[in-house]
Amino acid sequence: MTAMSTDATRDAATAKDLLTPVLSANWGDTDSYTLDGYRRHGGYRGLGKALAMDPDELIAYVKEAGLRGRGGAGFPTGMKWQFIPQGDNKPHYLVVNADESEPGTCKDIPLLYANPHSLIEGIVIACHAIRASHAFVYLRGEVVPVLRRLHAAVAEAYAAGYVGKDALGPGKDLELVVHAGAGAYICGEETALLDSLEGRRGQPRLRPPFPAVAGLYASPTVVNNVESIASVPAIIDRGKEWFRSMGSEKSAGFTLYSLSGHVARPGQYEAPLGITLRQLLELGGGMRPGHRLKFWTPGGSSTPLLTDEHLDIALDYEGVAGAGSMLGTKALQCFDETTCVVRAVTRWTEFYAHESCGKCTPCREGTYWLVQLMRDMEAGKGSMADLEKLLDIADNINGKSFCALGDGAAAPIISSLQHFREEYEQHVTGGGCPFDQSKSTVWADDRDASQEVNA
Amino acid sequence: MTEAANAAVGLGMPQLPAPDYPADVRERLAADAAEIIARYPGSRSALLPMLHLVQSEEGYVTRTGMRFCADQLGLTTAEVTAVATFYSMYRRKPSGDYQVGVCTNTLCAVLGGDAIFSALQEHLELGNGETTEDGKVTLEHIECNAACDYAPVIMINWEFFDDQTVESAKQLVDKLRAGEEVVPTRGASLCDFKQTARILAGFPDPRTGAVDAGGTGGAASLVGLRMANGEQLPAGRPAAGAGRHPGGDVPPQNLSSHDAPEETSASDPHHPAGPAAEEGE
Repeated sequence: MTAMSTDATRDAATAKDLLTPVLSANWGDTDSYTLDGYRRHGGYRGLGKALAMDPDELIAYVKEAGLRGRGGAGFPTGMKWQFIPQGDNKPHYLVVNADESEPGTCKDIPLLYANPHSLIEGIVIACHAIRASHAFVYLRGEVVPVLRRLHAAVAEAYAAGYVGKDALGPGKDLELVVHAGAGAYICGEETALLDSLEGRRGQPRLRPPFPAVAGLYASPTVVNNVESIASVPAIIDRGKEWFRSMGSEKSAGFTLYSLSGHVARPGQYEAPLGITLRQLLELGGGMRPGHRLKFWTPGGSSTPLLTDEHLDIALDYEGVAGAGSMLGTKALQCFDETTCVVRAVTRWTEFYAHESCGKCTPCREGTYWLVQLMRDMEAGKGSMADLEKLLDIADNINGKSFCALGDGAAAPIISSLQHFREEYEQHVTGGGCPFDQSKSTVWADDRDASQEVNA
Repeated sequence: MTEAANAAVGLGMPQLPAPDYPADVRERLAADAAEIIARYPGSRSALLPMLHLVQSEEGYVTRTGMRFCADQLGLTTAEVTAVATFYSMYRRKPSGDYQVGVCTNTLCAVLGGDAIFSALQEHLELGNGETTEDGKVTLEHIECNAACDYAPVIMINWEFFDDQTVESAKQLVDKLRAGEEVVPTRGASLCDFKQTARILAGFPDPRTGAVDAGGTGGAASLVGLRMANGEQLPAGRPAAGAGRHPGGDVPPQNLSSHDAPEETSASDPHHPAGPAAEEGE
């Protein structure tokens, strides 16, 4: 056996040990998105077991499994369900947050494209648990291929009787509506999403009351992320012990990690919570050849960025929090040494300013002024005093705005100044950006190679 | 004073109410609107889909369209306008058959989105949000579209064009302007902006085979699964250009184990569960 094939065999063994495809297990089948394709992998088996359970028992089961929200905040899913008041004679609603828009986040969209029935089965189970007869999937509008698949999958589920008349038992109907948004990052915030779903501008609501008490149409409402709900059928089918055998005590189970940026092999890696970026990069072939990791986000641009010092932290809720960031959506955007951190943060700041809904002053005004300062900084027109001003404004937004968008806007500023202050200072002292942007492109090294040949 | 004089001297007089749709158009749209409204426990929830619907009629949200929505839902036109102007997918002026959006959020921008966007601006001689004279292409830069593992990404009528380069992007817009077919990397073949807007209003794509077109995911979506199944993947990032999987078809795979239940996970052996997390608390 050659050395090369030995290496390859070892890599394969490592991948098998580290990766645990559950939601993505059937994506390789050409018909994974159809009802038949899903059922062939045991789809809708968990539903039968769930419907045989008492709703309260089902909620307790999901709680005991330790499933936590996969949309960023990590709130225990079962506990969210438990907050729904029972016997209140009001309609209850389940709203699935499929407004995946956090920069770097790209897990729910491939999941819904390849395996929409996992979400639909999860919805039916969740509606049984919280005694809801109406569910909505709020899908961001900008993903028409996914909308097509969802429309088709919901129609199949109706035809098969999983949804519709008597879906939850005799006399217990379930309606499921797919609702396309219209382009607004803020609608990923759950109360803004509810306002948007009610046909209004997507602006967050003051809490309390929380959605569990007064959500959609002022009725008790659960809002869950796509991946959270889609994970439920497997938990019911294979058991909470199986689920808890993955991850850690407080961060149980499997999840989708999305590797992107200057990595050799970007993509979706489904693994137990607690894997490290080093392990994921090793699986993915590392950074692109000849380059090294400079900074990365653990869970989208709203999670404070980390550096190559943090390669070995466990990517679970506690591990990332311990490193001063957040697990977020597990959107691992990796940037190499060709990337100017000031440029990256400027662009994220422009994003937050663009997406600020305008409702509260700290966020609306603060993001505007951050953009002015960051643009000057990137162009080499900033001063050292601006660095303090940036931190001051970020501090006036962070924790002081109406919703988490403000915190998200502050995170890249504060964390980049913490780790890369010298790079900001270089922009000031050098009167401009010291980086060549063309070296960061995916095709940069191809071109360098051809130029070398020509030289 | 005449209307023309008002406009000329800018007295700030309010616009006259928008004209209504012709009777036949109104009747057809009202039937669609009734279907949308029936989906929701509260009628106002139909507003976002209905704005997509009126956009599918005229290619952008007109004052007539907003008046129609207001009439159908018992809202004021001001209430409808407030919503229509909040969301970025509603176009407020006549625009092209193909909305070409280049992602210039940080990750795509750094990986080449900025270069692509400025090259297209120059190539088409357009600014952000402007439309070619032939009415084919509207160019804009967009925010993150949840395809970061395929960066740099271009969306045309909200269909994915993955792994783009400056050259591939120029070819795309040239083809669109020449009336040639362009095929998204994932998903069905492209339809024009109005047809897309109708799907967004909640009316499923009527084209045969549209749901099944485009495979189940590109190389990046499937990379972890293939590795877990023991497949040997070529080292390195596939060549940038016309996408890593042109045509959107997933190459034949040999996933012999896909019907078998997945192995129960041994938790990450390098990070045994439990104590570490408790300490972190």
